Amino acid sequence: MDLPHHGYRASKSRGRSAPPNTDSVLFDDTSSAAPAMNSQGYYTPGYNMEAPASDMQGGAAVNNLFTDPMANAAVMYGSSLANQGKDMVNKEISRYMSMNKLKYFFAVDTRYVMKKLLILMFPYTHQDWEVRYHRDTPLPPRQDVNAPDLYIPTMAFITYILLAGMAPGIQKRVVPPFSPEVLGLCASTALVWVIIEVLVMLLSLYLLTVHSDLSTFDLIAYSGYKYVGMIFTVLCGLLFGSDGYFVALAWSSCALMFFIVRSLKMKILPSLSSDSMGTGSSAKPQFRLYITVATAVFQPIIIYWLTSHLVR
Amino acid sequence: MLMAFTLYSLIQTAILCTNAIAVLHEERFLSKIGCGVDQAVGGFGDDPGVKAQILNLIRSVRTVMRVPLIIVNSVSIVLLLLFG
Repeated sequence: MDLPHHGYRASKSRGRSAPPNTDSVLFDDTSSAAPAMNSQGYYTPGYNMEAPASDMQGGAAVNNLFTDPMANAAVMYGSSLANQGKDMVNKEISRYMSMNKLKYFFAVDTRYVMKKLLILMFPYTHQDWEVRYHRDTPLPPRQDVNAPDLYIPTMAFITYILLAGMAPGIQKRVVPPFSPEVLGLCASTALVWVIIEVLVMLLSLYLLTVHSDLSTFDLIAYSGYKYVGMIFTVLCGLLFGSDGYFVALAWSSCALMFFIVRSLKMKILPSLSSDSMGTGSSAKPQFRLYITVATAVFQPIIIYWLTSHLVR
Repeated sequence: MLMAFTLYSLIQTAILCTNAIAVLHEERFLSKIGCGVDQAVGGFGDDPGVKAQILNLIRSVRTVMRVPLIIVNSVSIVLLLLFG
């Protein structure tokens, strides 16, 4: 059954086509480079934009695109429009969230993604869970496999939505039949659950005055990692039926709980980590333990809740 | 699926919860249950405690969200009247 894998591989291959910049410790800011370099950031959609335009020329290769002045002018005009729109959107968005912080989370490469997925599914052999720092700033995910990233959660979220749309179609049992509204409904339900979980985490961290360095994006990342477990569970449920579903559910729940407890323990419970530089908390340490354990226990519940209807 | 959330229901929940927090009256209610502004806020050390944090949260929500809540509530009243 390669239909479910196809969606996942397509989303993962986008990671491979990202330009590998390894000169600086942090990542290169590709959006401030010249416009010629700018198109490298839009690698995939740029290629898709040029391909149909060249097909209209009579099926010539992409190299022959710029010989026709009309197509050339059209491409330049379109790209200038796109740049204007991009500048406007950037200006609006950067008023609400800092783009540099967001870029940190997407500075991943293939090796990191592979290792992180392995850790998510089998965290029991991973030894060192500390997030490494470089002159006071946390290392980007490219250099530190423990750093949270937002690439995997985003891709896993989108893949989960695709799977949730495909599962009623694949199973010919008495599941509610596929309709396009199911996709949108599933997407907004999953998004709402992520938002709820992040808000509850933020609220509990604030109320118990835990001064950790967990930002909002970190919490979004950690609560998005459960979607990897969900995808695995749904795939096993589709492939192996209801028994496979429960086995995969148990496996990914245990792995995810272990992963969350070990990762958050480093950040929330400084007395147990080797580097406690003033990230103290006034509340009794058991509250911080409760938060960590509650977060971990919440994951299997959500996984079951969001996937059980797919593999009835 | 059982509890199908839409973004609209999320917005509704957010508005209702914020309204609920903003409606807690200072002297009629909060003082009666020991959450008034003159009680419990003193700690400037690093131990505000859970109750002081909650009180701070309630008061800041009231202060910050008063005007936006007026606007949002008026808009939603008009929209609900028009579109049911």
